[in-house]
Amino acid sequence: MSESLSSVISPLSGVFYSKPAPDQPAFVEPGTAVKKGQTLCLLETMKVFTKVKAPADGVVAEIAVEDESTVEKNQVIMKIQT
Amino acid sequence: MSVSKVLVANRGEIALRVIRSLKEMGIRSAAIYSEADTSCLHKKLADEVHLIGPSPAAKSYLNAAAIVALAQEIGADAIHPGYGFLAENAEFAEMCTQAGVAFIGPTPENMRLAGDKLAARQTVEDAGVPVVPGSDRGLLSLDDAIEACGAIGYPLMLKASAGGGGRGMRILYEEQDLKEEFVMAAAEARAAFGDPTLYVEKYILHPRHIEVQILSDGQGNAVHLFERNCSVQRRHQKLIEEAPSPDLDPQVRHAIHASAVKIAQAIEYQNAGTVEFLLDGDNQFYFMELNARIQVEHPVTEMITGHDLIKAQLSIAMGQGIGFEQDAIHQHGHAIECRINAEDPEMGFVPSPGLVEHYRAPGGFGVRFDTLLYSGYEIPIYYDSLLGKLIAWGPSRLDAIGTMDRALKELHIAPLKTTTPFLLNVIRHDDFINGTYDLDLVSSILGAMDDEEDDL
Repeated sequence: MSESLSSVISPLSGVFYSKPAPDQPAFVEPGTAVKKGQTLCLLETMKVFTKVKAPADGVVAEIAVEDESTVEKNQVIMKIQT
Repeated sequence: MSVSKVLVANRGEIALRVIRSLKEMGIRSAAIYSEADTSCLHKKLADEVHLIGPSPAAKSYLNAAAIVALAQEIGADAIHPGYGFLAENAEFAEMCTQAGVAFIGPTPENMRLAGDKLAARQTVEDAGVPVVPGSDRGLLSLDDAIEACGAIGYPLMLKASAGGGGRGMRILYEEQDLKEEFVMAAAEARAAFGDPTLYVEKYILHPRHIEVQILSDGQGNAVHLFERNCSVQRRHQKLIEEAPSPDLDPQVRHAIHASAVKIAQAIEYQNAGTVEFLLDGDNQFYFMELNARIQVEHPVTEMITGHDLIKAQLSIAMGQGIGFEQDAIHQHGHAIECRINAEDPEMGFVPSPGLVEHYRAPGGFGVRFDTLLYSGYEIPIYYDSLLGKLIAWGPSRLDAIGTMDRALKELHIAPLKTTTPFLLNVIRHDDFINGTYDLDLVSSILGAMDDEEDDL
């Protein structure tokens, strides 16, 4: 059985949010098992929120950015063990 | 009262717009800016500038206490809120007044009524202006909603009483839709607006968005400055506006203007505002909502009337009245506004911030471009995507369309993606050229796929 790390790339620059709302739990944390298409985080760009979805089934290995920090387009924001 | 310094509590093109009128009136302008806006154009034009806070709007342009404190500290006589941010915040207007700083805009009571859709509906109905047939009250439960909806008849639009700007609205074609949507819509309304109250209105087929610009002194004097047609919308966001409206029956037009003035007088409205109506395919018009602010699209009205609406706002706020009577307001020619947004129309209108490496402005006869752009400016990610408003004036509507076509082609912004190519498609569409378009125009151009949620 072969395993590999898959990078989740930010599709646009914006502010990274790990939670759907400040008083709610994070979408995912390191160790969370995810399905392809599952929401991993939100990006806010120019008042528009975009959901970033899991590119494949796997387990979240690493969240590479701080909550509410600014990310650039094409920046690696998470790694998923697939 | 006399005003010698005004704090402009906004950014972008509307801050520039206000600063320019203040300069022409000999009033000193004080701009505020956030940490993300250190190179913003409004900073360069204002007479004095003050850092208001960190980049997120909640910590800067929405920080009411900091803005009022700054106004007192720098000796500003008044605050102009622009649109968006704190413009329709009744508590902010009260804080200004309590601090001895005039708020250039409507009264807190005006804003509260405009923000409460059900109360506004009732007030307008009492004034004898038609409203869209609906429940006239909050729906208490799903059973209550089923009964109310059945009595009015489908299709219906489910709306949040505290909502606005099209957010959270749902179309109900049959009772089954209501059963599926009611509970979730109430929860969303509570989360988004802090109030779960829902009501329904008849869903109008082939509607057109017609709005009337009003000026009112709060003492019974109100005038209208004709209408704007804002039916080119994507997901309830206006893309193109024009004045006057094409294809509008003269008697209906007159009745819409008179209704707007009647509403302004009935609620003792003060300052500049807009009364929005829906016009259906049978020429019936219905009150939709009251916008208690200067609007983004105000320049098309300025271009056909020759009246500077920002100066009129100042005049009313200073207690000097509107400055002119209804019979002194004339329309001349036709004006169209295109909103140039930093969005990629080829990628579902995804936001497109970043560095403006090249910018060349359009110009020539009949062209006005109210914009925050200059070469070398980096568009921040924190604020809305409006880069500028391109306005074309012509002696006739077709002249104005021709001028807009030329101006859109002259406008050069790179490497950012903007809505410019899409706007060119719209103004070349037969329904737009004929002036017979309705609110379905953009979705008919883009196709039904565009109604889906954005996912990347």
